[in-house]
Amino acid sequence: MSEHEHTEHIVSPGTYLAIILTLLALTGITVFAAFVDLGRFNIVVALLIATVKATLVVLIFMHAKYAPERTKLVIIAGVFWLALLLFMTLSDYASRVDYRGVRYPMTQIISQATLRRG
Amino acid sequence: MHRTGALYGQFKTLEQQKDTATLGMWIFLVTEVMFFGGIMLAYTINRHTYFHAFAMGSNTLSLGLGGFNTVVLLASSFTMAMAVWASQTSRKQLITLFLGLTILLGFVFFGVKYVEYAQKFHHHLVPGKNFDIFYCVNNPSKCEDIDAADMAKEREELEVAAKADPDLNAHAQLYYSAYFGMTGLHALHMVIGAGLLFWLLKESVAGKFNAEWNNPVDIVGLYWHFVDIVWIYLFPLLYLIDRHK
Repeated sequence: MSEHEHTEHIVSPGTYLAIILTLLALTGITVFAAFVDLGRFNIVVALLIATVKATLVVLIFMHAKYAPERTKLVIIAGVFWLALLLFMTLSDYASRVDYRGVRYPMTQIISQATLRRG
Repeated sequence: MHRTGALYGQFKTLEQQKDTATLGMWIFLVTEVMFFGGIMLAYTINRHTYFHAFAMGSNTLSLGLGGFNTVVLLASSFTMAMAVWASQTSRKQLITLFLGLTILLGFVFFGVKYVEYAQKFHHHLVPGKNFDIFYCVNNPSKCEDIDAADMAKEREELEVAAKADPDLNAHAQLYYSAYFGMTGLHALHMVIGAGLLFWLLKESVAGKFNAEWNNPVDIVGLYWHFVDIVWIYLFPLLYLIDRHK
């Protein structure tokens, strides 16, 4: 076994501590930001902070930063596939026009139908 | 199976063995990403279509309980990471300690979730025949856990939302279906994680884990952190839709 020494990267407790403190601080910031009126950008800020937190967890807690290239490729492929799912579906909804020439969202039509019924 | 110490016969080195296990686990986690991703996509489309109802539903959740659970779950991810470190450095008693702490924090999360779910049942906010987003403002005596100021605010918000969306109750029910579906699936993953952690605890008490053999701790750790990431997204998506009023 001498020529095949185990070369696993060990993350120190200090690094883990720094990461958990950052994660807790970001949680505080995301709650604070939710109480500030940013209009439609509230959700953007919330998701950006969540993505920073998730990235820290993946890179350090889940050791992706020290993983072999092929493991990183699997992770990146997963994120890419998720992006495809979100991007293509949402762009469909954002640009959809139905046979009556009515744009999505349907809320208005539904509300009017409900009003007519009532 | 042929095994030399910690090394199984089909592998050349411990490193190769570890990398193989990690790769396999990540492939599984990618399928989980797509699983939760699809649900969050459906949530996003409904949230966009019925924004008033989703905002209203979100504001009836307890931010205190949700925020507390976020801190608890992040802390459990930290103790899990420390359990992995303890196993990589052969600190056998610390492995047991950190695994125990992770389980404990997991159960604190379940406890808070129980309180939250029970509250929703009392407030008639569980999708079904008795769902009524107006229940508490119409029956304040039945919802004594909501203080007067919050109740007045809820009444005001409900009036505005009901004007903007005539079918508010049906669409708020959609929000609560998403809430119970997403948090329920997340909690199910945590139950599975807790089961795996109990198994790790048993093995670690038996002294099975050390610097050479710690793959189970590492792999369950990956799973536990993934469940934490799901919650990192669920918290802002469900609790923080429209708090700035």
